[in-house]
Amino acid sequence: MNFDTAWKAGIQGRSGAENMKAAKQGSAKPATRHDDSSELLSLLRHMWVIRAFEEKVSALYAAREIVGLLHLGIGQEAVAVGVCGLLDTDDLVYGGHRSHGHAIAKGADPNRLMAELAGRFTGYCRGKGGSMHIVAAEAGFVTASGVVGGTVPLALGAAFAAREKGAGRVAVVFFGDGAGQTGPFHESLNIASLWQLPVIFVCENNGYAEFTPLSAHTKVERLAQHANTYGIPGATVDGNDILAVRKAMGRAVDNARAGKGPTFVECLTYRLRGHYEGDPGKYRELSQLADWKKKDPIARFTRVLKRRRAASAGDFEKAESDARALVDAAAEFALSSPWPEPEETATQVCA
Amino acid sequence: MPELSYLEAIRSGLLAEMRDDPSVYVFGEDVALGGPFGVTQGIAEELGSHRVVNTPISEGTVMGVAIGAALSGLRPVVEIMFVDFITLAMDQLVNHAAKLHYMSGGQLRVPLTVRVQCGVQGNMGAHHSQSLESWFLHVPGLKVVMPSNPADADSLMRDAIRDDNPVLFVEHRGLYFTRAEVPEGGSGRAMDRAAVLRSGTDVTVAAVSRMVAPAREAAEALAAEGISVEVVDLRSLVPLDVETLVNSVRKTSRLIVVHEAVEQGGVGAEVAARVQEQALYYLDSPILRVAAPNAPVPCAPPLENFFVPDKERVVAAVHRTLASQPA
Repeated sequence: MNFDTAWKAGIQGRSGAENMKAAKQGSAKPATRHDDSSELLSLLRHMWVIRAFEEKVSALYAAREIVGLLHLGIGQEAVAVGVCGLLDTDDLVYGGHRSHGHAIAKGADPNRLMAELAGRFTGYCRGKGGSMHIVAAEAGFVTASGVVGGTVPLALGAAFAAREKGAGRVAVVFFGDGAGQTGPFHESLNIASLWQLPVIFVCENNGYAEFTPLSAHTKVERLAQHANTYGIPGATVDGNDILAVRKAMGRAVDNARAGKGPTFVECLTYRLRGHYEGDPGKYRELSQLADWKKKDPIARFTRVLKRRRAASAGDFEKAESDARALVDAAAEFALSSPWPEPEETATQVCA
Repeated sequence: MPELSYLEAIRSGLLAEMRDDPSVYVFGEDVALGGPFGVTQGIAEELGSHRVVNTPISEGTVMGVAIGAALSGLRPVVEIMFVDFITLAMDQLVNHAAKLHYMSGGQLRVPLTVRVQCGVQGNMGAHHSQSLESWFLHVPGLKVVMPSNPADADSLMRDAIRDDNPVLFVEHRGLYFTRAEVPEGGSGRAMDRAAVLRSGTDVTVAAVSRMVAPAREAAEALAAEGISVEVVDLRSLVPLDVETLVNSVRKTSRLIVVHEAVEQGGVGAEVAARVQEQALYYLDSPILRVAAPNAPVPCAPPLENFFVPDKERVVAAVHRTLASQPA
C-alpha cells in the first residue's frame, strides 16, 4: 500500500523517491479482501487530505496566491481514494482536468503538488504544467490533461506496455460523464476489449459536463451501458460510498492482474463546487446541492466507521486535523518556494 | 551496397531497429499484413505478431495508445496510412505527444515515431494526396523529417526511432518505387542536417521530399545554359538546418525553395524568414517559392499535373531570380 507510505512521507517530509522505494517493499496483494480497522481509517485520512488540500487551494485562489483555471473535486474524494487505495506505485493512473485528488490518492507529494499549482520551480513540473497538467511520475500518476477524455487512449497504451512487460501491472483512467460523448472514448472501449488490455475505466459521473446536465448530452443514462456494448464488464456504483467503490474496483483490479481484460466502473457522484473556481453555478438548484451535501462521502464514511466502532472519536478528529496540518505545511512550502526563472520558458521542449 | 527501393529502405531501417531493440513496436491499420504498400511486409513473420499490431480504423485513439506505450518505456512506430487522416489524431499528437515532456517538467518522454505517407500520386483526389508537413512546424516538441531517397529513408528511420522525442516521418507515395544504393547498417545520422546534393555558385535551390528530383533535373538543364545551381535537400524540417542554407546563400546570393505542399504557410515561408534573418545582405534578389497553388488537390489528370511543381517551374523560377537585380 503506497497510501500510508505517502501519508507518512508527507508528514515526515520524505522525498518522493524514498516514498516510492518504501512502497515497493510491499508486494502486490489481492485487491479483493476484507479491510481491517486500520486500513479503513487510513482511507478516511486520505479522503481528508484531498478535501483539506482542495479547500486550501480554493482559499489560496480566492486570495490570488494561486492563479489559473482550477477544477476542484470536493465531494468526489471517495472515488479517488476508493480506486487508488487498491493500486501499487507501479500501477499507472491517468487523470483529467479535475485530478488533484487522483494524484494525491496515488501517492503524489502534497508539497510538490501545491507548489505546481502555485507555479513554483519546486512543483512536480517546475511550474510548466499547472493544475490541469499534473504529472507525478514517481507515484505512478502519469498525467492529467486539459482535454476531456484525452487520457483515455493513453491509459490503453500504458496497459499495452504493462501486458507486454508481463509484470501484472494495471492502468487506470479517471474521466467524467462528459468524456462519454467523445469519439476516442468509444474507440478506446472497443480497442481495450478487442485486445483484452489490463485497463480499468473509472467514470466519475457527477451529472454535469461543465454546465450542462448529462440528460442534455445523451439519452444514455448510465455510462456503464457503453461498456456493455463493447463487451466489457461494467458496474454502476454509489461513488460517494467509498466501500462500494472499493468493492467494484477490487474485482476490476484482480481481473486485470489475472489477464482477464478491462473493466468499467461508473461512480455516481457530485462535485460540491462549481465546474471551475469562480463558476457562479447558476445551472444547478441550491436544493440539489443541499441534498448532495447530505451525502458528503467523508461524513458518510465517518458514520460507517463509527457504527462499526472502527476508530475512536479522537481518531476521527485527528484524521482531519492531521490533514489540515499537512496541507498548511504544503501551502507554506509552495508559497515560500522560488518562481521559475524566465529563462526556463523554452527549456525541456525536446528531450 | 545493395540497391533498395525507397519503400524497402524504410522497411530496412525499421527492421534494423526492431531487431536491435525489443521495445520497438509497430501499430497501424493492416500493418500485420504489410500495410497497403507493403512497407511492414514480413516483419510480423520474423519478429512475432505481437510486435506488429493491427489496429481498428481509430487514428486518434491509436495515436494515444502509442503515446501511452511510449510513456511506459516502449518505442512505438505508428503508421497513419495517409497524412490526410492525421487530422483525426491531431489532438493526441499536438496536445499530448508534443507537450508531455515539457508540461511534466522533464519527468516524461515520448519516444514515438509517426510514419505517414503524403503527396500527389495516382489521381486520388483531395483526401489522399495532401502534403501537410508545415502544420507540424508550428508545434514545439515535434520533429519532422522528409526523406527524398532510399539511403536517407533508411537512416532517418533509424534516427527517428532512436530519438527520445515524437518524430513525424513523412514518406512520399510517389517515391516508394524509386531505387538507389543504400549502405548496409545505415549511412550515419541524417537527422537535423540538410544535404548539399549538388554544388553550385549562381542560385541555391532548396527542395523537400519528392521535389528534390525536379530540382536536380532543373539544375542539370540549367548547367547546359551555363547557370550553376546548388541543390540542397532539406531532409529535416524540425529542426531546420539553417546553417547549411545560410552558408549556401552566402555563396550563391539567391534562394528558391521548392515543395509540393501549397504555397501559403508552407515550409518555404519558414525557410525564407529564417534565411533572411541571417543572410539578407548576401541576397541579390527576393527569395522565391515554387509550390503547389493555393487550392485543394484536384483529381483529374490535367488538374493534378498542373498542381504539382515540376522541372520547368523550377527552371522558370531560376530564370526569374537571375533576372531580378537590386535597384
